[in-house]
Amino acid sequence: MPVLTIAQLTLREMLRRRVVLAAFALTLLVFALTAWGFQKLPDLPCGGQPCSPTVLRTVAAVFTILLMFMFSFIIALGAAFLAAPAICSDIDSGIVLAMLPRPIRRLDVVVGKWLALAALIAVYTLIVCAVEFGITHIFLDYLPPNPPLAALFIAWEGIVLLTFALAASTRLGPIACGIIGVVLFGVAWVLGVAQQIGLVFENQTVVNIGAIASLILPTDGLWRGALYALEPAALLAAGGATARAQVGNPFMIGGPPTTPFLIWAALWVVAVLGLAVYSFQRRDL
Amino acid sequence: MRTLNLVKRYGATTALAGLTMTVQRGEIFGFLGPNGAGKTTAVKLLVGLTRPTAGEAWVLGAPIGDRETRRRVGYLPELFRYQDWLSAREVLRLHCRLAGIPRQRHDAEIAHALETVGLAQRADSRVGTFSKGMQQRLGLGVALLGQPDLIFLDEPTSALDPVGRADVRQIVRGLKERGATVFLNSHLLSEVEQVCDRVAVVDKGRVITEGSIAEVIGGSNAVRLRIPDASAGVRAALARYGPLTSEGDWHTVNNVNEAQIPALVADVVSLGGQVYAVEPRHDTLEDRFLQLLREPSQEREEMWQSGEVTR
Repeated sequence: MPVLTIAQLTLREMLRRRVVLAAFALTLLVFALTAWGFQKLPDLPCGGQPCSPTVLRTVAAVFTILLMFMFSFIIALGAAFLAAPAICSDIDSGIVLAMLPRPIRRLDVVVGKWLALAALIAVYTLIVCAVEFGITHIFLDYLPPNPPLAALFIAWEGIVLLTFALAASTRLGPIACGIIGVVLFGVAWVLGVAQQIGLVFENQTVVNIGAIASLILPTDGLWRGALYALEPAALLAAGGATARAQVGNPFMIGGPPTTPFLIWAALWVVAVLGLAVYSFQRRDL
Repeated sequence: MRTLNLVKRYGATTALAGLTMTVQRGEIFGFLGPNGAGKTTAVKLLVGLTRPTAGEAWVLGAPIGDRETRRRVGYLPELFRYQDWLSAREVLRLHCRLAGIPRQRHDAEIAHALETVGLAQRADSRVGTFSKGMQQRLGLGVALLGQPDLIFLDEPTSALDPVGRADVRQIVRGLKERGATVFLNSHLLSEVEQVCDRVAVVDKGRVITEGSIAEVIGGSNAVRLRIPDASAGVRAALARYGPLTSEGDWHTVNNVNEAQIPALVADVVSLGGQVYAVEPRHDTLEDRFLQLLREPSQEREEMWQSGEVTR
């Protein structure tokens, strides 16, 4: 099947160009640093006394959320920069001129590239989550409430940005696609925080702007899904005495994402991928 | 292959303004024209990379872009690059898969393509290490995969040295022997003249003439003679055969049929002219090409009306 040929080609390119090697080498460094830090954590004094297991688990929960936030950021931006040149660079270099007259559809090219990059993101997220959660479990005897769900939301967030950048790549150059992806990701995150603040201060306009932003690019909503799967009830009780405090904190969430939002986020990926295919099909080469 | 009033516009720019031409099965067809005439646009339309604004075209009997027909078409683009991180063999294998060639035939197809284009020794080298000429050879090898019935070659020799060009001519002749149709888009008119059965000259997005090489060049042969101190009678005799231009001892009679030359020389000698040299001169495709492009378009329009030139 041509779609699988393109997917395989894309994966092979990532491996040959040492993109995967570079990403995993740097990630190993982060793993080593977190293992070293978490292993030292039980030795730190809490007011002259050894820290209680409850305090250690709370600290572990906070650090896990921060770590996963960092990784979700890396995964989302990595996805944008991997997808940004995926189509347009092949057009500019003339690679597609030799491929597309073959008996393949443009859909095969777009979907094949998407499958390969999405698989790469999913596998990377799975490895990162498995190793980091394993480290906190070994050294601090802590696991977040729902690790698989957290991994799913983080990978999904990356796939959303990947899909957006791929669609943009059918019309724009690689630098423009990358920059637009990063800026929109940042804006979506800030507007997501603003939406939570709007809820605290009961400002409907701010809430609406945040809600619209999360519909346009649902990355922040998905991060909040990951956050919900990462934060234990004890942390909520310790950190946010009131619901108002919880919703005002970008690293704390009071409840899971709504089902309509999740359906929207899934449809968003399908629709934007469809748009990418349509846009590439309509493009004169 | 047939096109009927094929039009392609990019915004306000018209790349093709009603291209109509026919290419018969099994012929080597040269597609000529100056830069910006619409040659590459026409090829891209025919291989389905671009959609026409208006008009129709059929390739191997099917409308352009038909997916099944593309299995039988090979294409060497003008400006292309293959994945520089793959080896030549891997590029060919990729295209075998994309072309839908059965897996058991891949090795034989790849070996044949590498051998044909002279890259067998560099089969496992990365494409990124190839010179432009080697990349063009690889492109030709890719276009030959699966023994296509129709092959579009867009400037196939632009990066090749004289040896490479001779190799390409040989390959193109081999394709004709196998019964394949070759659509050759080239600036190198001497090459086209050597290998093509028929040509079309395109300018400003439409065909200004089409036919066999002999038909396109026409009967505009000339003969050049060196006759020192030619008398008025000798010059008058020469002028009877065709328009005469004289420059010192050299006299050129235009539009002379080659068969008339012995009689012409005999007339000159009988009138006392002393003939030191006779040089029959044929117009080349390049001469005719330049002549066609220099004709004012209004004059060309009149020739179309009168049927002197095929559209």
